[in-house]
Formats: sequence, C-alpha cells, structure tokens
Amino acid sequence: MIKAILIFNNHGKPRLSKFYEHYSEDTEQQIIRETFHLVSKRDENVCNFLEGGMLIGGSDYKLIYRHYATLYFVFCVDSSESELGILDLIQVFVETLDKCFENVCELDLIFHVDKVHNILAEMVMGGMVLETNMNEIIMQVDAQNKMEKSEVSWTPPVPCMCMT
Amino acid sequence: MALKIVKGSIDRMFDKNLQDLVRGIRNHKEDEAKYISTCIDEIKQELKQDNIAVKANAVCKLTYLQMLGYDVSWAAFNIVEVMSSSKFTYKRIGYLAASQCFHESTDVIMLTTNQIRKDLSSPNQYDTGVALTGLSCFVTPDLARDLANDIMTLMSHTKPYIRKKAVLIMYKVFLKYPESLRPAFPRLKEKLEDPDPGVQSAAVNVICELARRNPKNYLSLAPLFFKLMTSSTNNWVLIKIIKLFGALTPLEPRLGKKLIEPLTNLIHSTSAMSLLYECVNTVIAVLISLSSGMPNHSASIQLCVQKLRILIEDSDQNLKYLGLLAMSKILKTHPKSVQSHKDLILQCLDDKDESIRLRALDLLYGMVSKKNLMEIVKKLMLHVDKAEGTTYRDELLTKIIDICSQSNYQYITNFEWYISILVELTRLEGTRHGHLIASQMLDVAIRVKAIRAFAVAQMATLLDNAHLLTGNMQRNGICEVSYAAAWICGEFSEHLENPMQTLEAMLRPKVATLPGHIQAVYVQNAAKLFATVLKSQEGNTDSTAAQETSQLMIERLPLFVQSANLEVQERASCILQLVKYIQKLQQKDVEVAEEVSALFAGELNPVAPKAQKKVPVPEGLDLDAWINEPPSESESEDEQPKAIFTKEETKHSRPRHIEVDEKELARRREARKQEQANNPFYIKASPSSQKVYQDTPGVEHIPVVQIDLSVPLKVPGETQHQGLPMSDQYVKLEEERRQKERAEKKKKEKKKRKEKRSGRGKKHDSGPESEEDITPAHMVDIVTEEMPENALPSDDDDKDPNDPHKALDIDLDNLGEMAGRRPLADSEKLPVRSHRAVEAAKSPGEDGDAETVATQQPKKKSGKDKRDDKKKDKDKERKKSKDEKKKKKHKHEEKEEDLLRGEVHEPVVQSEGISQVAELPTSTSAEVSDLDFWLSNAPVPSNTQEAATVAAAEAPVAEVVSGAAQDSEPDEPKDTEMEETKSSKHKKKKQKKEKEEKEKKKKKRHHHHHRHSDGGGEESVQNGTVEEEEPLPSMSNYCLLAENSYIKMVYDIQGNLQDGSQVVVSVIFENKCDSFLKSMEFNVLDSLNSKLQRPEGSGPHDGLTVPFQLPPGVSNEARFVFTVQSIVMPQKLKGTLTFIVKNEESSTHEKLDFKLHFTCTSYLITTPCYSDAYAKLLESGDLKGSSLKLEGVNMPFHHLLARICFHHHFSVVERIDSCSSMYSRSIQGHHVCLLVKSSGQTVSIDAKCDEPTMLGNVLDEIKQTFSQC
Repeated sequence: MIKAILIFNNHGKPRLSKFYEHYSEDTEQQIIRETFHLVSKRDENVCNFLEGGMLIGGSDYKLIYRHYATLYFVFCVDSSESELGILDLIQVFVETLDKCFENVCELDLIFHVDKVHNILAEMVMGGMVLETNMNEIIMQVDAQNKMEKSEVSWTPPVPCMCMT
Repeated sequence: MALKIVKGSIDRMFDKNLQDLVRGIRNHKEDEAKYISTCIDEIKQELKQDNIAVKANAVCKLTYLQMLGYDVSWAAFNIVEVMSSSKFTYKRIGYLAASQCFHESTDVIMLTTNQIRKDLSSPNQYDTGVALTGLSCFVTPDLARDLANDIMTLMSHTKPYIRKKAVLIMYKVFLKYPESLRPAFPRLKEKLEDPDPGVQSAAVNVICELARRNPKNYLSLAPLFFKLMTSSTNNWVLIKIIKLFGALTPLEPRLGKKLIEPLTNLIHSTSAMSLLYECVNTVIAVLISLSSGMPNHSASIQLCVQKLRILIEDSDQNLKYLGLLAMSKILKTHPKSVQSHKDLILQCLDDKDESIRLRALDLLYGMVSKKNLMEIVKKLMLHVDKAEGTTYRDELLTKIIDICSQSNYQYITNFEWYISILVELTRLEGTRHGHLIASQMLDVAIRVKAIRAFAVAQMATLLDNAHLLTGNMQRNGICEVSYAAAWICGEFSEHLENPMQTLEAMLRPKVATLPGHIQAVYVQNAAKLFATVLKSQEGNTDSTAAQETSQLMIERLPLFVQSANLEVQERASCILQLVKYIQKLQQKDVEVAEEVSALFAGELNPVAPKAQKKVPVPEGLDLDAWINEPPSESESEDEQPKAIFTKEETKHSRPRHIEVDEKELARRREARKQEQANNPFYIKASPSSQKVYQDTPGVEHIPVVQIDLSVPLKVPGETQHQGLPMSDQYVKLEEERRQKERAEKKKKEKKKRKEKRSGRGKKHDSGPESEEDITPAHMVDIVTEEMPENALPSDDDDKDPNDPHKALDIDLDNLGEMAGRRPLADSEKLPVRSHRAVEAAKSPGEDGDAETVATQQPKKKSGKDKRDDKKKDKDKERKKSKDEKKKKKHKHEEKEEDLLRGEVHEPVVQSEGISQVAELPTSTSAEVSDLDFWLSNAPVPSNTQEAATVAAAEAPVAEVVSGAAQDSEPDEPKDTEMEETKSSKHKKKKQKKEKEEKEKKKKKRHHHHHRHSDGGGEESVQNGTVEEEEPLPSMSNYCLLAENSYIKMVYDIQGNLQDGSQVVVSVIFENKCDSFLKSMEFNVLDSLNSKLQRPEGSGPHDGLTVPFQLPPGVSNEARFVFTVQSIVMPQKLKGTLTFIVKNEESSTHEKLDFKLHFTCTSYLITTPCYSDAYAKLLESGDLKGSSLKLEGVNMPFHHLLARICFHHHFSVVERIDSCSSMYSRSIQGHHVCLLVKSSGQTVSIDAKCDEPTMLGNVLDEIKQTFSQC
C-alpha cells in the first residue's frame, strides 16, 4: 500500500499532497516538512530509499523518492510494495506528466495541481497501484479532458489560462 | 433567462479561478496569510451563489488551500453539492475535494450514499470512475456496507476501466466492512483470470494485500497464483505474486519446494532488477522456511548470495541498499554464507551514503563471531573517530554496544578489552548514549566477576579524570558514565588499589555540578568507600589515618547536604551524621570498621527486566482501585502548601533518626532481612551466586580462568604512553593468548581435552581454532537475572488488537466450491437496496411482504427510523420480538465467528496426508485436496484445476435450474449462484397479524424467497432460536406431507446440532380454499423411538395448536420438535391435522391425515471437513464400508454432487475430475464419508460410516433421489 504521495520543491513548498490515510491539516503540513527535511539533506548520488520519519510510517514504511530538477517526488509505502517497482512508478508518473503538459516544469504543477491529481488518480487509487501503463493512463486522462471540454464549451473561456 | 446565464458568465469572468489564486499567493509573499484569508472570504461568497460553476470553482480553490494546510472542512456540504452536479467537470472537482478532505468523522458523508450510488451506476464510465476514485479515499463503514453490493456488481462491468477500479476499491470496502469479504471473494478470485491485464493486476493486488495480513486463509489460492506466475509477463503482477508467495511459504514448506525451481529460472532469465530482487527475496523466504533439514538447497543460497553480491557491488546506490537489505535476511538462517562476504560489507561502511552504512551496520551485527569480533569492533571504532554527524556516530556507538553485548556477551572472549572499549567510547563528544555506556559498564562489572578488579581500576581512573571532562560532560549525556564509575568503585571497593585516592576524587567540589541522581550515587558510594578505607586503616597501628579519613568526610559532605536535590541532600545528611558518630567512637579508640562495613554487606544481583511485570497480582487485589477515596480537586490544592511545610519539618527531625546506635541498626537490618526472607515478593539476593552459575546449563563447559598474569593488568594511565589506544593492546594480548592456547593444545592433546571438560579454575586450553573453541578469557557469570518465584508465563502480545486487518481473518477456502462446506449464511450477504426485491404485489400477503421490506430499508441506513416505520403497521408486541431477535442475532454471529476460528486453527495440510489417503479404495489423486494434490508431485494436466474450478462454479447455477427456483427478477445480477442454491422452492403467502414466534419463521420464509436480492445483514435477525441454527441449504428440501382441498402441507426435517436427540420438523401450511382456516391442531402418534415434544403439562396424546390462522391464499410455517432415540433407521409417524374452516355462513371441522417420514438423511448435518482430518478419519479403521452403483444417471457430475449436497446434507471435501469425496455427520456424531465416481452414465458411490445400518439407509435414500430424476 502507498500511504502518501508528496511532491514538493527544493524549498519544501508543497506542490501536491495526496494522503491515503486521514491526517489533520496540521499533521499533514508537519509530515511534509519532516519529509522535506529528511529528503533534502541527502546527496544527489545516494540511494532513493530511506526509513520513514516519525510522523509518517514507522518501521514497516519507507520513503521512496526521486529528485527531478526542482521537484521531489516522494512516495511513502509499506513493505508490500516493491522498492524498485515504486521507483519505476515515479518515473512513469513523471513521464506521464511530461506528456500531458508537454515538457512539464514546476510551474505546470503549481498552476494545475488539479490536473496533476487527475492524472495521479489514474495511476494510484486509494493507495493501490491502479495502472502502470503510460499509454493507458494518458488515454484515460485525455478522454476525460475531452469530455470536460465538450461540457464547458458553452461558457466563455476562462481568461489567462495560458501560462508557461 | 438567457440574460441571467450571460450575467452569471460575466460574473464568473471576474471570479478568481485556481490559477489566479495561485498567482495571487505568489505575488503576496509578504502577507500570504492575510491574502489567503481574503481569498477564503471570497470563496465563502462564491459558495453562497446558486451557479454551480461558481461553486465548483470555489471548491477547486479550496482543494488547493487544503494542500497548503488550511482546514476546509467547513465547506464539506458545498463539496457534496458540487459532487452531485450532473456535469462531469464539476463532479470531478467535487470528488477530488472530497477525497482530499473527507474522512470518517465528516458527518456530511452520510448524505453522499445515494449520490455515489447514482454515479456508480451512471452510463458514463468516467462518472463511475471518478466516484470510485473518490470513494476509495473516504469510504466509511456505513458507505462500505451500503455500497458493497453496487461495487461488487461493477466488478463484472463490461468496461475493464471500471472493473479494475471496482476490484481495487473492494479492498477498502473489506477493511471498513469485513462482512463483505466472504460474499465478494468468489468474484474477486474470478477476476484473477480476467482477460484484461489491468483488472487481473488489480485483483492480484487486492488479494496480495489481504493475504499479507492473514496468509493462511489464502493458501488454497497457491495453485492459481502459481499458474499466473508461470504464465504472466507483467512484471508488476509477477512482483506482487512473488511477494505473496514469500508470505505463504512459511505456512507450507511444500509450496516452497515447488517454487524454488521457477523462481531460480526467473532469477536467471529476467533483466528487470526489481523482479530479480523480489525473486531473490522470496527464495530467501523459502529457504528460511525450509531451513530445517534441507541440505541440498545450498546451491540456491549460493545463487542468492551471488546475485546479491552483484547488487551490492553495483554502482547504483539503490541496488546496493536493497542487496544489503536482502542479505540481512539470509544472515538470520545462513550466517555462514554471508560471513564470507565480510569484506564487501565492511567496504560498505565506508560508503558515502548513510542509509547504506546503516544497513551494513545491521548486517555486521549478525556477522560477528568470537573470532572476528575484535577486528570488526576495531574497524567500527575507526569509523567512530571519522564520523562527522553525531547521529551516525551515535548509531555506530549503539551498534558497537549491541554487537558486543548480543546474546549475553556470547562473542566476547576478553572482557578487559571490552571494558577498555567502553572507556574509549566515553571520550566521544556530544553523544546521547552515555546512559547506554554506563549500563554496559554496570552490567559487565556485576555479571563478570573475574573482571571486577580490572573494571574497578578503570573506573577509578575515569573518576580521577572526570574533572577534566566535567565541563562538557554536563551538556551531553556522557556524564552518566560517572554514575556507573562511582557505583562500581563503591560497590567493589575491595578491588581498589588506592581507595583513599578514589574517595577523594568522589568528594571533590566539582562533583556538585553533576546532575542530582549522579551526585546521590557519589555520596552513597563515598560512604561505601569510607567503610573500606576505614577497614584497611584500622588494621594499622596508626589510628590517626582513620581519623583523618573521617575528618575528610566531615569536611566534604556538608557541600552535598546543601544540595538542592532532595535525594543528595538526604543521603548526605544521613551519612554525615553517621560519620560524625563514627568519629566520636574513633576518638574513644573504639574499633568501628567492622560495623561500618556491615552497613554495605551483601551482594547485589541483577534483576531480570521483566521481573516486576511477572510478579503475579495476588488474588483479590485490584491495582486500579483507589486505596483511599481520591481527594477532590480543591482539596488537593489546599494541601500543596502543607506538603511543603511538612518537608521542612522532616529536615529538623532528621538528626534524631540518625542517632540510633550501631546495634540498633544491626538489629533492624537483621529484622529486615528476616522479613524479606519471608516475603515471597521480595527479590532476594541468591544465596550463592556461585552456585547459580555452576548450574547454568550451557556455560558449564566454559572453563573459568584466573586472569592470566602473564598479561599484566595495566593501569590505564600507564598504558596511554605506549601510543596505542588501550583496546588495541588488548586485541594484541588476546591474540597472544589465543596463540599460546593453541601451542599448549598441541603439546598435550588428549589429556587436555578431558581436563577442559572437568577442570575449572585451571588455565584453560582451547580446541582447534574453530569458532566455538575460542575460549573466553573470562567467564560471563550469568548471575541469572532473577525472576519472582511464581512468575507468570510470558504474556507478550505482539498483535495490535486494533489492527483493522484482524477483522479480515476470514476463512475463504470453501467459497468457490460446492454449496456444501460453509456456504454464505444469510447474515453474510451484502445488503442490497430493497426495492429490487419487492415483486409486484400479487396478493394481500405479498403486500405484507413489501411492507416488511420497506420497514427494513431505513433501518439498514440509520437504524433510527426503524421503529417509527414499524409502528405504522405492526403492534408493540412485534416490536419487542424484533428487539429480542436482534439480540439473538448477535449471539449467533459470535458463535459463527468461533466456528470460523475453529476452522482456521485446524492444522494446515500435513505432509502425511498423501500417504494416509492411499488406503482409500480409489486412486490417490482423487483423494487429496486441491492444494495437497497440487503440492504433491503427481503429474497433473495443466487444465485440470481450471476445469474443476469452473465446474464447481457452474454447479450451483445448474442447481437453480433443476431446483426450479421460481423467482427470477429482471435486474437480478447473474452472479448470485451461491445464494440461489439455497433459495426456496416454495412460494409463500403471509399474514399480517401473527404471534412472536411465528413472526420469525414467516420472515425466514420470506427471506428465502427473496434471498438473492435482499439478504441484508439485518435479515439474519431470525437466526436466533436453537432450532434455527442448522445450515440453510437444506431449507429448500421441502416435500409434500399431505394435501386436500382446503390445505396443503409441505415439510422438511432437520437435525439439531446442539442436541443429538432432537430433530425439527418445519411444516408449511398453505390455505388453498377461499375460507379462513383456524384452530389448527397438529398431532402425531408417538412411537417408542420418536416423540413429539409437547409443552409441559400436556398429555402424551394431546395435539399441538398451530399458533396462527390462515386467511385465504396465505401460507405460513410452524415448527415442531421431535425427540428421537435411535437414528440409524428411517421411520414414519402417523399424524393428523385438525382445523376449522370458517366462511361467512358456516364453519366446519375438518381433518387431514399425514405420514411424517423421518429419513436417515434428515439426521445428517452438513459439516465441513478438512481433507487431512478426512484422511485421518478414513485411516482410523473405525468405519465400515458399503457401496452403491447408480446406472443411467444422465446429468453432469457437478449437478450430481450438488444434488447429494443439497438433498442429503453432504459437503464436498475435495474433488478431482469426476471423482469426489464427501462428508457429513449425523446429529449423534456418526461420520459418513462418500467417494463418488462417475464414468459415463454410471455413478459408483463407495461409502464408509461407523454405523453400517445407517449407512445402508442413507445410500438407499440417495439411490431413491436419483431414481426420481
């Protein structure tokens, strides 16, 4: 099971937080801070696993993360997940984002966190891996976006949507 | 109208959307909080508008703010509003918001049930998908219960996109509503073979999660998973399955054997590191489970270790880390194969990555031996010096101590070395583990007697030098070490070379800066030292020395008397007064040394850490009860100043106490000893610790050595100048010692060996230079940790009682099989909305049905409205009965649970199973259970399993057809095979007004009627009375009892599991005429063997009044209990039903004769039986055999089995192809075993039973069943 998925930048600003277990908002922020603290002080070329912090996890849980440019992608998982598998999954996630946003950068995540959530929802559901095939994920995301467009078409386009 | 829309849109243009909000926040870095709070105000305004687009926009922004840590639960209702929008765009926003901030205690969740249900059944797959995704995050027990059935239906949706989501979410549903697991499991299992790989993967995922927590229940799926493993190419699925096997193998070693080969193949063939790694992991798990007596797997171990070495050597840090992780698993069972890679692991200690260093440290812990301990620790000490961060250094420190102290200092051969290591560790700056070091010092000094002299010398030096360190000692925990040093010096002061010097060191003014608890130890031990010093000085002629010592004490102690710490103060002032008194005596030339040292006589023994916990609480003592009534709040406040005052008082009175003379002290001490001796709860010093260690098994053979004086005991101060750290010198010395031992050993070989066994206290020799024979230089005196005499047995409870997975520990084995073993009970069915169940009203009676159902529906949701609704049409009496039934239901459930547990605890297949079965008259393969069969090495055509499963799944469907279940509903999902087998063949009409007891039965009938669609949890209410505990499938076994133009009676007989002499006859009376039937009286002519149970006080020939009346067209059921003595023969009882037919003009008295046929079958009870128990039973030889051949049976084998199960109360033990073993039990405990084989139209049944007559009759009845069709 995946307990949480966090994306934050090099300064610890959250860009996406998805908890598959309930925590209060304060605890969530604390977890993000703690996780950032743990992850950010690690060198670039060290392994991508670390034993979970105090707040999230416990002995059975691991933090598995990847660092891309300005962003950290952190998955908190228990022992039923394969460590290397989750690393691959993060890669799939990022590649999917890249396809969906066309050269994804931090700004995309900042302004379209809802879309990132929608993409994530096609990959992981309730803490379990739903789909790992990137093409399948993109297909479903696109289909839903198309549907959304057909619905919204009658309203005037929301101003200032384009921002790169 | 159009204007309004345009206006709304224009309004929207000025609203902030999410992007604007984000931009705004970024532009207000200075006053972010303020900006956000204005935004939240705006959002609140937007939420008040009617336009759903505006609301959705607001909710979308809230979701973002939630991520930033703002509580948005106040908008929960608005979120629900947006969720229920018909537009997918908004719906998705709503569900996203809900998934981010809803949780179990969000109360508006209650309102979402219907909306979610609507979305789940939406024609748009993405509506359904979004609802499922959202639900997976916030599902509550209520939602799970109400929606379980809807989700289960979605598991068979045509779109794989929905199927996979539905399958995955079932896991969450199981967690929240464990009752759903059993009914949903067959379908889940089916999904393992779904054509869509995504769905398959989801199913594997869910089952793996389930099995991880309760593996034993999923053992039977092993063959299926094995097939998947060998056929699947999806690495995700493979990884999950392989992980699952890792969890299963410890339960079934044979599975492991079967796995080794394919896993090794995968290891060799795969290029995916993740898969390779998981394979290695599972192979390790297999090897661990096989570790006992499987010698020829060393190749596999070698392969694993080899592969892991490749991983560890890889430049990818991740692989390195995982390699080490897996290595530590092998280490536990095969330490030798890992130890050969010590070089590699020590290399990892130098890695720049801390995670990897920590892993390597973990490995080292398991790799030490007597031989290499010193070397490894030396290496670690080097790392300690190099380590930069304190965290890692502290980790190293604890590891060093862990490694050395593990299993009772098993690997330490030289304690002098260890003590010097500890002393070196005290030089670490800023460590938090001073306490750990201190406790090690204490532990070693107390338990290793031979080392005490050395330890005391070291500690004395430490105390001497303490002042150098005190400065920074205070800040960090290292000062704890002085606690240990002081205590050791005091307690074992007889070993001190220069006690006077140490005494002085302990009384230095600097000591007063130490923490209180340490000062207290200093003061106390100064007193001990004082006693020792006095003793040595009094022997001398010069008595002034002794007096000077007393003077020193008197001068230094007042510093401590003034201490702010109570403990220090108290001890110091006690001792000060004592010393003053001693001084007085000394001045009179009285010899006091003896008496003073008597104060500290006796030896302290270590107490086991659990000792206190193990002291049994005496009977009648409630530790939680107040001894005195607790004072009220206000009182305690008043008392505070008083307490302070009394404290001061004691101070003044103290001198009085201390002036008790020496003799009095001795007397008191004696008295106390006496008292302690008689007190069983006082942990006594063992009478002779010497004896304890002599008796300690396992230590016996280690010879005790006098400290080898050729190895000079060096005073640490002197050793420093040699340039080596002290511990290194001991490494050298130890080497020398070992060499010497070896040399000596060579000299006299045989003799020595003998002496070694017997000689104690001799200079010991060592065996060959193997690990075991390196003799320790010192005996670890396992002054066994003491335990109270009547210690309680270990009560460690490692399972968390709150673990939600505990509730999912449910036996699932029998589900996919025939209707037999343990079919779903009513109470286990998923609640379904009732409107599906209600058929078009056909009669007044049916109306009644619909009403009942309707009243039950709200109850399912809240349970509150239940009563109000009921009042409308049911009287109070009924309500009472309902409550009663509810209670009973709970009882029933408990019982059921017990039953389950019982099943689960039955030993999983034993390996003898196969050979035992060989005794059976047929081929072995037919007798072993699926799993056994699969695990045994008999060749199987690969599709056998599949065929069997499919056939088994089909059987109940067929049963429905042949069983002529009349009720089929249009929107009935076709997947309810399980339930349908039990559905009643009878239609039944009901009456509105009935008595309590009748009510239950009526509902039961009704329930069977509609079972597949409305078998909700609540329905099991009727499973209450004793007579209703029988398994349900037989309920549909009704056959005609008698019939005339007025009334029709059908009946069924069932054994009572609770009472071996009772059977229950359920009779359904159906009014066939247009008149009212009343005053029905049921009577039977008792035979010697069987008697109708009549109420007390009635005569043996009195009839029983049927407790209801029948309006036209209505039917109802009554039950009659019979007592039977012998059950080996079938019998018939004659009886009569008398009743009054009443219509408007007249009423006539009528009667109907009948014959109740008690078949032997009706004494059988469907009882599940495990194959191993079954095999044992057959093997026992107590059973007599008989057989039967049926010709011309023209039905598929599974129909045949279903029939036997159904009509004759058997359960299938196992089935292979067209051969099956079955089992049943009579109410009096006779075992009936059948082996049914079919070839063409011939069916042969071999049967065994411990009662041949009964068996013959049962077989006749089976024959009859099949001759009828």
